[in-house]
Amino acid sequence: MSNDFTSGRDAVIASVSASRQVMGTWLMRAGTAAFFVLAAVQILFAVGVTNFGFQTWFPVFASFGLWSIIICVSNVLRYGEAGWRALFVLPAVFFTLAMVIFPTFFGFYIAFSDWNLSSASGQHFNGLANFYQMIDDERVWNALGNMVFYVATVILQYAIAFGLALLLNSDIKGQRFFRVAFLLPFMLSPVAISWMIGKSMLEFRFGPVTNLLRHLGWENPSLLTTPWLAKATLAAMDAWVWIPFMMILILAGLQALSKEVQEAAKVDGAGAWNGFWEITFPLMLPVSITTIILRIIFQLKLADIVINTTSGGPGGATDTVSSFIFREYKDRSNVGYGTMVAEAYLIIIIIFVMLLLKVASRYARRPD
Amino acid sequence: MIPAALRKSLIYAALILWTFIALFPIYWTFSTTFKVAKDVQLGNILPWVQFQPNWLGLRAIGLSPDTIFNASTVRDEFLIRFWNSIAASLGASALALVIGSMAAYGLSRYQYKWLIWRNQDISFFFLSQLILPPVVLAMPFLVLYKELALLDSLFGLILIYTLMVLPIVIWIMRDQFDGIPQELEQAALVDGCSTWGAFLKIIVPIALPGMVAAFILAVILCWNEYFFAALLTSTKAKTLPVMVASQTGSQGISWWSMAAISSAAILPLIIIGIFLERYIIKGLTAGAVK
Repeated sequence: MSNDFTSGRDAVIASVSASRQVMGTWLMRAGTAAFFVLAAVQILFAVGVTNFGFQTWFPVFASFGLWSIIICVSNVLRYGEAGWRALFVLPAVFFTLAMVIFPTFFGFYIAFSDWNLSSASGQHFNGLANFYQMIDDERVWNALGNMVFYVATVILQYAIAFGLALLLNSDIKGQRFFRVAFLLPFMLSPVAISWMIGKSMLEFRFGPVTNLLRHLGWENPSLLTTPWLAKATLAAMDAWVWIPFMMILILAGLQALSKEVQEAAKVDGAGAWNGFWEITFPLMLPVSITTIILRIIFQLKLADIVINTTSGGPGGATDTVSSFIFREYKDRSNVGYGTMVAEAYLIIIIIFVMLLLKVASRYARRPD
Repeated sequence: MIPAALRKSLIYAALILWTFIALFPIYWTFSTTFKVAKDVQLGNILPWVQFQPNWLGLRAIGLSPDTIFNASTVRDEFLIRFWNSIAASLGASALALVIGSMAAYGLSRYQYKWLIWRNQDISFFFLSQLILPPVVLAMPFLVLYKELALLDSLFGLILIYTLMVLPIVIWIMRDQFDGIPQELEQAALVDGCSTWGAFLKIIVPIALPGMVAAFILAVILCWNEYFFAALLTSTKAKTLPVMVASQTGSQGISWWSMAAISSAAILPLIIIGIFLERYIIKGLTAGAVK
């Protein structure tokens, strides 16, 4: 790992004594060598070449942590001030590398094997078999289709959130009370919400919501058993959680507008409707786009509420990709296939988010 | 034209309607804790008018006035889950706050160049983790944690939660540090402070409100996390959301005890929400709204 700084590197290094530099260099070499020897010993032990090694891989993991510390220290010894500066960022970089890069690549390795934790035969490389199975798997396509639906509902959530933000931004008493009340759903655990709303308030026989719907003349409000209705219900629960998030961002954007614009933006002002579309909305476009993109990124991870309310049912109508993979593992222990779907999904959403950012950067500039 | 008074009342009507939508499920959960089966099945809502409050829910988890001093296995189980949730969310948030603030400060103040990596690449590297859905990491982690003997351990859970909230902490703190004028540390450096001395003594105290905001947001996210906890823990390190989830499908319907456990899972957050709302809004809007 070489450490280069664009600004005044030589001047900074010059202030470090030669013996300190040598010490730092040797510390780095020794630490790196020790780490790789340890890892090699463990690898040879794990594949069965030698009979000397550790029970688990934890010592290797711990020595990676130790090695990162040695790198940081040797940087300080070798580069002085520049090393101290690198010390700000290095811990987070090492941590993320250890926790993300390795598991992601390891995931690709798992994805091309027939690994099923409940089968006795263990793990075998099976090439593209998982991939072909995924292409033919209607459940995966169904889950992807549902994701399109769930992502599309973000626009509706955005409209409601914008309306609420405008209400909160008008001249009202008790603004703080309403803000806290509106914010609370966002903070609650999705699992608790699944029970509170999904299992309890929507309970078919006596849930308060189903009771209300019966009062309103709907004879058979089977909210979670009719496929399209179940999808809409889950989207509504998800909206209940996430509208506050969007509302807070939009409200902050509204409050950052200049006073004159705010006057025009007041919902209770004269000509409010035209003022909104001609002034407020265009000015809010950058904030709106940031909000929607952040929200879509979170929406692509939607899982907890679906897993705990319907488990993807009825008949996969509410399934998301994440909840499908979750069940693939929990019910069938099918690690290989589940990981293949997960990695494919990752590639799809990276491409999708990249495209989204590209399109957004075109519209995100403030109109002059 | 709609007259001003009518417009005003329409605004309040809309506000109150949404307040009702936002708060009723919470009220329903708390009140169901005190209902017997009959009251649940009749869909009774108002206490004392429609149903008589009863300690049923709290008794089921051993926390009602008459059971709190008796031994109770359910209560022990519940308290372990509660403690696990607290330890995992506080531990992970603290770790993420420390390394995340440091990284955000470095990226905000210095120009790095490591091989082909410059500041914006490093920032992108951190922030891109936000896109990564938990499912992609979950199964590799399951297998790796097994090898590392970290499965079903609080330490393993803290590591993965730290990873989950680190990009958010960096995102928030970068915005905070960018807002602090550089002259402050330059003055400190002239006075003989070291780089780290200036950071710890001058900048950290100024950035403290932002750090509190990032910490609270991280705690909320970790406290509610279900996906990793469900896959990576089984008996020892199980957290409260997993306990809530594992009760749902089980034998019969003991509404009151489910309501009691759910209430316990959401109550700390409601308290945080009421008293620290300012910080939550600060954390949510940092970096997203300029």
